Amino acid sequence: MEACNCIEPQWPADDLLMKYQYISDFFIALAYFSIPLELIYFVKKSAVFPYRWVLVQFGAFIVLCGATHLINLWMFTMHSRTVAIVQTAAKVLTGVVSCATALMLVHIIPDLLSVKTRELFLKNKAAELDREMGLIRTQEETGRHVRMLTHEIRSTLDRHTILKTTLIELGRTLALEECALWMPTRTGLELHLSYTLRQQHPVGFTVPIQLPVINQVFSTNHAVKISPNCPIARIRPITGKYMPGEVVAVRVPLLHLSNFQINDWPELSTKRYALMVLMLPSDSARQWHVHELELVEVVADQVAVALSHAAILEESMRAQEQLVEQNVALDLARREAETAIRARNDFLAVMNHEMRTPMHAIIALSSLLQETESSNLLATLINDVLDLSRLEDGSFKLDVGTFNLHGVFREVLNLIQPIASVKKLLISLNLASDLPVFAVGDERRLMQVLLNIVGNAVKFSKEGSISVTAFIPKSEFLGDSRAPDFIAVQTESYFYLQVQVKDSGPGVNPQDIPKLFTKFAQSQMPATRSSNVSGLGLAICKRFVSLMEGQIWIESEGLGKGCTAIFTVKLGIPESSNETKLALLPKVPTNSVQGKFSGLKVLVMDENGVSRSVTKGLLMHLGCDVTIVSSSEECLLVVSPLFKVILLDVCMPGVDGFDVAVQIRKRFSKRHERPLIVALTGNSDRLARDNCLRAGMDGFILKPVSVDKMRSILLDLLEHGSVFEAHQ
Amino acid sequence: MDGGVGLLQRQLVDYRASLFNEGILNEQFNQLQSLQDESNPDFVVEVVSLFFEDSVRLLNELAKSLDQRNVDFKKVDAHVHQLKGSSSSIGAQRVQNACIAFRSCCEEKNVEGCLKCLQQVTKEYYLVKNKLEILLKLEQQILAAGGSIPVQSEVI
Repeated sequence: MEACNCIEPQWPADDLLMKYQYISDFFIALAYFSIPLELIYFVKKSAVFPYRWVLVQFGAFIVLCGATHLINLWMFTMHSRTVAIVQTAAKVLTGVVSCATALMLVHIIPDLLSVKTRELFLKNKAAELDREMGLIRTQEETGRHVRMLTHEIRSTLDRHTILKTTLIELGRTLALEECALWMPTRTGLELHLSYTLRQQHPVGFTVPIQLPVINQVFSTNHAVKISPNCPIARIRPITGKYMPGEVVAVRVPLLHLSNFQINDWPELSTKRYALMVLMLPSDSARQWHVHELELVEVVADQVAVALSHAAILEESMRAQEQLVEQNVALDLARREAETAIRARNDFLAVMNHEMRTPMHAIIALSSLLQETESSNLLATLINDVLDLSRLEDGSFKLDVGTFNLHGVFREVLNLIQPIASVKKLLISLNLASDLPVFAVGDERRLMQVLLNIVGNAVKFSKEGSISVTAFIPKSEFLGDSRAPDFIAVQTESYFYLQVQVKDSGPGVNPQDIPKLFTKFAQSQMPATRSSNVSGLGLAICKRFVSLMEGQIWIESEGLGKGCTAIFTVKLGIPESSNETKLALLPKVPTNSVQGKFSGLKVLVMDENGVSRSVTKGLLMHLGCDVTIVSSSEECLLVVSPLFKVILLDVCMPGVDGFDVAVQIRKRFSKRHERPLIVALTGNSDRLARDNCLRAGMDGFILKPVSVDKMRSILLDLLEHGSVFEAHQ
Repeated sequence: MDGGVGLLQRQLVDYRASLFNEGILNEQFNQLQSLQDESNPDFVVEVVSLFFEDSVRLLNELAKSLDQRNVDFKKVDAHVHQLKGSSSSIGAQRVQNACIAFRSCCEEKNVEGCLKCLQQVTKEYYLVKNKLEILLKLEQQILAAGGSIPVQSEVI
């Protein structure tokens, strides 16, 4: 045998203890070999493991230890030296590796431990974040609630709805037990419980506004926690067994339109607040959280704005209603005024027509009677009679132009003549010789006034005469003697015309005189003049006269003594001769025709001195160059072709005028040289006429001759060379 | 004086109107009045004076003639004719009418009638003379006060 290097174990292999050690070693080895496997497996599995090489090291250590124990299994029985060497090697290795690992672990374990703390830290953080997330979510929810609440509140402009909605939504969001709103009373000295959440009809609690708790709430815009026992919080009977829930109060500003200043919007310069009181449910451990308080504040602000909007809208609606009402009233008034104007116009139109129709008849009839072309001035005058309305408006203007003043008077008298004749009244017209023929003024209105006055005189006189006088008054006597301060100054371009119309009618009681000029005035005595002064007439006259810067008045010595109407008006003097020529009316006798006769040589033979001088005056007035002779001898002596016309008086007894005529004709046989011979006679019978004709006379005139007649005779003579007139 | 010239003028107008009313004057007188102007300011006065003179003379002649034993009706007629002419020229209506009546008496050669007519004519003459004198005086007064004499251009 070789020397067996076997090593004998110390202990017998059959020992029980050895057996147990053998088994334990086996299991240890098993365990030690499985641990690294596990480690490898799990490391492979895990994504991140920072200490891989430590694991390797540790794995090696474990493996070696396992190997050691494994080899130990052979050491229980007789084993060879190799085994012992291997064992020794394994142990040495193991020793080295484990020492290295131990050294390594000194570094690693703190690291590992710190990983743990970090993990813990992260976990804490995660928990914290979770908590915060929870908060944010809560807040977000709250925000949503606020938005919804606000939306609800702002979706209506009705004040009650706003407030009710606020309370309801707040109650729901915050799970309140009770929510109440106190509004200030009109006086502003008390708060009145206006709305509550749970109670349908809150009893009319009022609290004075000066309570300290209220002041505290009003002094800040934050929600303030208040005691549940204060008067504003003791709204409902206490139902809970324990503590009532916490109560918070916040002010709600009541804004007015005037409070909306753009610049200081955040600071409300209002003094009126309402109070909102919120109560958490009693017997709950709930507390008011900050976010809830913030919610309440925001809502209070929103409510304030919504209420103000509602208030503004209410006011504007009220104003609109008022305006509509006013519009309706104005419309009604306008329609009434229109109706009144239309009624007046209708009345005027009817009156117009009623007056026109008879007047047209009168014009037609009077034109028939007169056999002359009646002017349609009367028709225009009627139009003007109804000018009273325009006169009263003050919009009336005079229609100024140049007109024939004398013509106006003649026209008026022509119009009145028929009526006066029927009544057997004598009307006389007296125009002062210095009254200009042409004047500048409103012809129609002057005529109207004159017509009115003279018409009245005729109307109210039953008998007698009416005289119309027109002249230029002296300055100091222009006005009514009762109005001595009316002084008119005559200038070069103006003059004053005074017209006096005197009648012999019943007269007027001097006391009644002022009333005559008021329109529609009636006097008591029906028998007097003013019983039917026709309302409008004299009033219009007065108005026209004063427009012409004059005065009109009536004088009467009393009843039965007649009456004189006097008026003065201011008229202009036409400047240029052109105007006078344009306004010339053919029927008015003027001296312009004088041109035709100027220097016309006329020989007059008349024995009667008076008659002679009258005829001479007449012819001289017409502008003729007159020579008078008183006997036929003188006549024959004087006669010459220079004389164009010879007027012979043929009714002189003892003188044969006809003979003279014959003689003259004999002397001047040539027609163009011969003067025209006209017989003047007082005898109008046929015989005289025939005698004149036979004697070769060119015409004959019946004495006495008027100016007009003489003029027309002369005109005819000069034009036709002959004229035979039987009548004047 | 209240009214002054205006009053005088009114008086004149009234007076003249009354003369016309009573038939003492007629339109011819107006004609005379209208012939009076600046170139002939005293025409009326002159003519009227002439009339007065003439009439007085004629009336005297008439009285003398009718006082004769043998009345010369031709002469009387001539005088009356003259008077008639004068009065008609001046517009003394009533005198003129009286003259016409007188003339018919002359034609009848009725002395009694003529005398009566003469009486009538004389009466009328003095009446018109009186009236005319007053009228002229009024006119003078107006002219003296600086006014103008209103011309009566139409009588209806």
